[in-house]
Amino acid sequence: MKFRETLNEAKIIARKEILSYLTTPIGYIVITVFLIVTGWFFFSTFFLYGQAELRGFFELLPLVLAFVVPAITMRLFAEEKHSGAYETLMTLPISMEGVILGKILAGTGFVLVMCAPTLLYAVSAAMVGSLDIGPIMGGYLGTALLALAFSAIGVFASSITKNQIVAFMIGLAMCLFISLIDKFLFFVPSSIVGLFEYLGADYHFGNISRGIIDSRDILYFLSLAVLAFIGTSKMLEDRS
Amino acid sequence: MISVNGVTKYYGNFCAVNNISFTIRKGEITGLLGPNGAGKTTTLRMLTCYLRPSAGKITLGDYLVDENPLEVKRMIGYLPESAPLYADMLVYDYLVYVGKIHAIQGDARIREIAAVCGITEIMHKNISELSKGYRQRVGLAHAMIHDPDILILDEPTSGLDPNQIIEIRTLIKEIGKKKTVILSTHILSEVEATCDRVIIIDRGTLVADSRMADITSGHNKKARLMVRVKGADYDALSSALKALPGAGSVTRADDPDGLTAAVVASETTDDLRPAAYAAVKDRGWTLYELSREHETLEHVFRRLTKGGLQ
Repeated sequence: MKFRETLNEAKIIARKEILSYLTTPIGYIVITVFLIVTGWFFFSTFFLYGQAELRGFFELLPLVLAFVVPAITMRLFAEEKHSGAYETLMTLPISMEGVILGKILAGTGFVLVMCAPTLLYAVSAAMVGSLDIGPIMGGYLGTALLALAFSAIGVFASSITKNQIVAFMIGLAMCLFISLIDKFLFFVPSSIVGLFEYLGADYHFGNISRGIIDSRDILYFLSLAVLAFIGTSKMLEDRS
Repeated sequence: MISVNGVTKYYGNFCAVNNISFTIRKGEITGLLGPNGAGKTTTLRMLTCYLRPSAGKITLGDYLVDENPLEVKRMIGYLPESAPLYADMLVYDYLVYVGKIHAIQGDARIREIAAVCGITEIMHKNISELSKGYRQRVGLAHAMIHDPDILILDEPTSGLDPNQIIEIRTLIKEIGKKKTVILSTHILSEVEATCDRVIIIDRGTLVADSRMADITSGHNKKARLMVRVKGADYDALSSALKALPGAGSVTRADDPDGLTAAVVASETTDDLRPAAYAAVKDRGWTLYELSREHETLEHVFRRLTKGGLQ
């Protein structure tokens, strides 16, 4: 019962946040930059290799999203705290969980909208050869999970400060850290390589985007989101 | 309706509100007065669950603020200082959004509250484009959309033009007939015009809490008398006035028109005016002015909030 109420509250908040992404330029700017960057990377190798797959696109996606998602989520709490609208929000009869969940879902939803045009890459690939649909579906499932985890981290970063730039930097640092951690395995003693690999988002995203749906990978992204959610509510709970 | 019991609030080492207690009954309009930084906003923020008191208990209706914040928030409508709203939203979208949080479906209530607050013609404007007065009204609509039992307004008329101030005051008085209203301000005439009750806070402590009618009449018992005459020097006037039964100290008052003026402090509650008139008449002076100074809220406020500085 409580959960349904929270979900309902989250829907109200998410709707409001998506509406404000659509009425301010920042959303469109981020979408444009994202599509230019991924489009360039995709098509520059696409014609070179002539293979009907999106692997290049999905390999790069965690890194691109590590930059883009914090830019989307940076305003979610920081702007309200800066303008004072946070006070009006906090004195409305709405639960903290509902607010945080709503903001995370708004970020995730926006990332999915942003990624929707990249389905055209899949269509382009399908035109030049027979496309293996498994990795594509896995890739987009992974994208959704990654979007959720990064949005939650971005919302957490935004809840720490009232300065949007600071929120962006913190979010970027955290997302980059978990995207790149498995690139540094070289420096790590071999006994704990497995642990570090497990911590990296790339490793799990790679598994899913190859079309291998393993509950451990899904659990990894969900636990990242839950951790960030708890962190956010701890940050906002303090009403001193 | 509202009961505040021994509430204290520290920001780090700074004590913003120090052991304040008061109760507000249903259907009263209460003015919360105090100089800048006295702790008015902090007090209101604790009432609305935005800040947690360092010590003490706050009850609104049947609910403890600490234990049932959601129920408390449902019961109150709160307009924070300078109405911080989402700048990038349309007024209509914003009210729909707030309405949804309050589980209000449909347009009817939104139209109604827009008409009450006089914002019907700006419903499709961006909030960032509004003048301060209109923003304040949208904030009022936001606070009242769910028809709350308790309305808490932090400086509701700041930044409004005189016409708007009167409109908002009329609106508040209208609401105050049925609901409990608590408003903070440092405009004293506003409190005199709208409030049934006044609470004065100075540097975190409560210095006055009484009915509006009592605060002026209660301190009025020893009113001061202003006498202004022609045909006498100050010494003559002063000694004549000192001789009046019940007269206290006499001080010289400025008078630019070549008249002689004095202020008599009264020691009794009796009206000194008949005796003063007789004294002036007997000596053949010409009386230009004889007035009893009513102690206004302004006097009370200045006395109570300046005293601590010395």
